[in-house]
Amino acid sequence: MERDKSKLKLAADHISYEYDKSGANRHKALDDVSFEVYEGEFVGLIGHTGSGKSTLMQHLNALLKPDQGTIWYDGQDIYEKGYDRKELRRRVGLVFQYPEHQLFEDTVFNEVCFGPKNFGMDEKQSELSAYAAIKKVGLPDECFYHSPFDLSGGQKRRVAIASVLAVKPEILIMDEPTAGLDPKGREELMEMILSLKESEGLSIVMVSHSMEDVAKLADRIVVMDKGHIVYDDEPRKVFAHYKELEEMGLAAPQMMYVMQDLKDAGFDVRTDVTTIEEAKEEILRIVT
Amino acid sequence: MLRDITLGQYYETKSKLHELDPRTKLVGTLIYLISLFMFTNAYVYIFAASFLLLCVLISRIPPTYMIKGMKPVIFLLVFTLFLNMLFTPGEVIFTFWKINITKEGVKQALYMGARLTLLIMGSNMMTLTTTPTRLTNGLERLMGPLKLIKLPVHEIAMMMSIALRFIPILMDETDRIMKAQLARGADFESGNLIKKAKSLVPVLVPLFISAFRRANDLAMAMEARCYHGGKGRTQMKPLKYRPADLLAYLVLILYMTAVVLIGKYL
Repeated sequence: MERDKSKLKLAADHISYEYDKSGANRHKALDDVSFEVYEGEFVGLIGHTGSGKSTLMQHLNALLKPDQGTIWYDGQDIYEKGYDRKELRRRVGLVFQYPEHQLFEDTVFNEVCFGPKNFGMDEKQSELSAYAAIKKVGLPDECFYHSPFDLSGGQKRRVAIASVLAVKPEILIMDEPTAGLDPKGREELMEMILSLKESEGLSIVMVSHSMEDVAKLADRIVVMDKGHIVYDDEPRKVFAHYKELEEMGLAAPQMMYVMQDLKDAGFDVRTDVTTIEEAKEEILRIVT
Repeated sequence: MLRDITLGQYYETKSKLHELDPRTKLVGTLIYLISLFMFTNAYVYIFAASFLLLCVLISRIPPTYMIKGMKPVIFLLVFTLFLNMLFTPGEVIFTFWKINITKEGVKQALYMGARLTLLIMGSNMMTLTTTPTRLTNGLERLMGPLKLIKLPVHEIAMMMSIALRFIPILMDETDRIMKAQLARGADFESGNLIKKAKSLVPVLVPLFISAFRRANDLAMAMEARCYHGGKGRTQMKPLKYRPADLLAYLVLILYMTAVVLIGKYL
């Protein structure tokens, strides 16, 4: 994939990281990983449990320090002395898996104000930006003064995402934002993320297990396995390796299998189809 | 962040010490601790330290790992040393400003330091080589006779094993919550004591909520398996003494005799 280097925002430069360095269960979570995020792009990061994706994610805003290698943000080394890592955490917003487990304030509104206040916005600015963020994630107005603990799972997730959006990040990183939600909540959240991508021009990195979600949204897919990056390319090209993906305990989107079966049955269809819409067009093309 | 605390966490490996009956190790640790407090004698400490070293070698736990386990208590250790050094009256070696360092003070501090270090490492040895389940199991059996005076031994042991089981889980959870709040700009380091204490609220509230949720789930899971206390409960792997345990007890008796002899005559 050819890219405009001037749009490079964030780059992990050959980083390695090891857990429990002197303990009994020491293991290398990242081994010489290089990874880039460009302005305005949507990256899907997929991998089996324990492949190192969450570890990589925590490196991107300096929550973990790599044993080797470094991270560059806007052309600056974030581990250089005197680099403002707090400001980096504002610019690179990180939403953890099950973010509802970090809620603590008495109202949704205060919860979302927590971030902006920490990053030094004054009272009024914080409130304005919290208001805008809650609106963006599509929470209804009557939620504002509810306790975040009384909300449904999907709504709690939105509150948590809003609390990161409120600090106006340039890159939004989400660790399995749809984990543990029911199909409806999942669908709604994916739509919300899609609208964020379109309206805000944010760079988004989404860690996920679900190939369907990633295929639908991502401009680029990065596949991790055992601490290495295996593929880093357009969805179509990555999913063409579906046999290798299966060996890693992953799978290609279901539509690819459907098309493959159709082809095996003697229909002349393309097999590099990733979403249901594309599959529909392709099948209609053959039938008519 | 918090993962680095190794104090009292089981270290998985295969060794003769790991295989010993937990009761043997409990009694052994107790004897070891008593031996440290019987005499204030340098030779006894040297002997006790070599005995511990032997145990470490048998247990196949890397010595560096043991030393790393001392990290959290270093402050306590240094603090005790200083207090002892500064406030023991006796023959003055040198004076610094208004503080007199005495010969007795230095001696006392060294003894205290050796005693504390051996004490902590000795008890670490037990928890490093015994899983919490086996440890509480051993404790339950050792305290068995106390049932006669209506002490709820099984319940106490069960509470202990649940508490021990939850330490690493809650530690991981704290780590995760702290990171998540850091990502939202929380600051746990700067500011005075009051500000620091306040900054912990965003960590403690979610931590307590999660602890209660886990406790609820656990209670439900136990009831679903018809747990109703210790009466008539059998075990899948009941504790049984083996020849190695007999040998261990013999070694312990020898050790204690040696300590008494060294303490009395050297």
